[in-house]
Amino acid sequence: MTTTPTGTTTDRIALAFAAAREAGRTPVIPFIPAGWPEIDATADIVEAAVAGGAAAVEIGLPFSDPMGDGPTNQRAYEEAIANGATPETVFEAVRELRARGVSVPLIVMGYFNPLLAYGISRFVQTAVEAGVDGLITVDLPPQEAGELEQVAREAGLHLVYLLAPTSTEDRIRLVDEHGSGFVYCVGVVGITGARSVLSDELPEYIARVRALTDLPLAVGFGISTREHVQRVGEVADAAVIGSAFVQLVGETPREERPARVRAYLEEITGRDPG
Amino acid sequence: MTPEPPTSDPNAPDALGHWGEFGGQYVPETLMPALAELEAEYERARQDPAFLAELDGLLKDYVGRPSPLTHVARLSAEVGAKVYLKREDLNHTGAHKINAVLAQALLARRMGKRRIIAETGAGQHGVATATACALFDLECVVYMGAEDVRRQSLNVFKMKTLGAEVVAVNSGSRTLKDATNEAIRDWVTNVRDTYYIIGSVVGPHPYPMMVRDFQSIIGREAKQQLFEKEGRLPTIAVACVGGGSNAIGLFHEFIPDQVRLIGVEAAGEGLEGRHAATISKGRPGVLHGSRSYLLQDQWGQIQEAHSISAGLDYPGVGPEHAHLKLTERAEYRAITDDEALEAFQALSRLEGIIPALESSHAIAQVLKLKGEVSPDDIILVNLSGRGDKDMNTVAQALGVSL
Repeated sequence: MTTTPTGTTTDRIALAFAAAREAGRTPVIPFIPAGWPEIDATADIVEAAVAGGAAAVEIGLPFSDPMGDGPTNQRAYEEAIANGATPETVFEAVRELRARGVSVPLIVMGYFNPLLAYGISRFVQTAVEAGVDGLITVDLPPQEAGELEQVAREAGLHLVYLLAPTSTEDRIRLVDEHGSGFVYCVGVVGITGARSVLSDELPEYIARVRALTDLPLAVGFGISTREHVQRVGEVADAAVIGSAFVQLVGETPREERPARVRAYLEEITGRDPG
Repeated sequence: MTPEPPTSDPNAPDALGHWGEFGGQYVPETLMPALAELEAEYERARQDPAFLAELDGLLKDYVGRPSPLTHVARLSAEVGAKVYLKREDLNHTGAHKINAVLAQALLARRMGKRRIIAETGAGQHGVATATACALFDLECVVYMGAEDVRRQSLNVFKMKTLGAEVVAVNSGSRTLKDATNEAIRDWVTNVRDTYYIIGSVVGPHPYPMMVRDFQSIIGREAKQQLFEKEGRLPTIAVACVGGGSNAIGLFHEFIPDQVRLIGVEAAGEGLEGRHAATISKGRPGVLHGSRSYLLQDQWGQIQEAHSISAGLDYPGVGPEHAHLKLTERAEYRAITDDEALEAFQALSRLEGIIPALESSHAIAQVLKLKGEVSPDDIILVNLSGRGDKDMNTVAQALGVSL
């Protein structure tokens, strides 16, 4: 986290979470795969989501074998790859968004192999130069992330790790020690995908994590409604909307997307459309 | 939290499951506690005389171990060296898979997990898993690519007969890699009461080490049997490599010895066309929980493998093989579909043994050693499975309608 000499942070993630809190809202972070539904669709979708009140956005780096994802994201990734999506697609979207003046945190989420194939140093450097704030790698737990962690730390890129309801104290401490920006708390024992009810374990689980780290806690996996966001907001610091948002985008014709994406975010964040 | 390496084994991975740069635990965080629990339970079990005695009893009385070591005279004459086959084809369920499956089913029972999941390509590992689940009265769900379900209907019916549920996987290429993704997704979702029986020396630590340990009985028996017959070590040990469990099972015992080790990958239609020669043509990467060689495009997307042998049709390979390749302790060759088909017929006619198409790749490699070997050399081949399951595929490839 970057801190100015006066002690005020210039870190986009910390600022975004604080701003939403100040406005009395739970920060909401939608997720969208890059290069999907069309190869050049990403910047418009993200911009609309931000206009609707998204506190940050996760942009998915498509992978052929996403073992942590449910059918909605799997299909989107497959189609994105068929569209020709690569890490360049992610970086181009981020550059475009920064050029348009979008200032919320942009976080890349994906799997390790595409990153490895691109080259760890090159990936981190290109990401930071494009304006990426953080990186979430689903299949890269802290004990395997040594090389990436060193490079990311030097470049000022946050490495956001995941925790799960099954996580033991050891694992929570490890993520606290190695992670930065926030912790992505997987809300369910399972893969991504919209669910009708949130886990009853959530408050106890989040409390268990909270006791062992000062990092902000975002909850994701299975969150799809305004009520879910509010319940997450009672215990955690941010809510991630993945498959439900992906589903909405997939169902909406391109020309209607900006308005519908914005309206959806306004509704789910509880933000006044004014 | 870092445990000591498990044994004094010279080829043991480090405490986090790495052989050099390969191996490791590249999995979603949800699974990390389950892997730690498995590792701890495996450590206890391998030192527990009761566990080992029960496993030995099952391997002897249920599987039929030790499997014979057969000197094949006519094949030997053809090659110009003494060839011995380690007869894993004679195991119950027809292949080496059962060795590691029974051991893992015992582990699952010890851990109180009553639900078993597995992935399968051709169905051999699925049948072995369904068999063990019937024996131990465990719930069994097998994930199989929809394409493989169609191609291997006999094995699907076998699994169902044994009481397993077979789930056809329609994502991705609808083959083994996609079945593996789906099995991992199930495990992530049901990890608290489910044990995942992985079929090869792949996946996150401790699987590659554990499955190797359970399969290493192949090489241990063969070494002793060969000493009894010949009084010496083999010159060369040969085995086919898909994920690589039968090859590691054979090699492990001989790694400290002066024995040439040859792993045989599937060259499919040829190394410039569609193939499954991961070590020969792949690049290091991360898939299904570990770092190893992979068939992938320039962007790190996993490519589909191809082999006439469904058991070798996988775009990854066990991390220990990657390490044996990099350190040049083992060499890896590739055999095409056509060469494997010829070897399938050759062994059938010369020795009255119909090999699995997987094992036919190893036989083909032995035939290729002709001229390179001398009559004094001993070639030990792992005949990892029998060919019954492949008769339809071979008939089709030879243009015979059944």
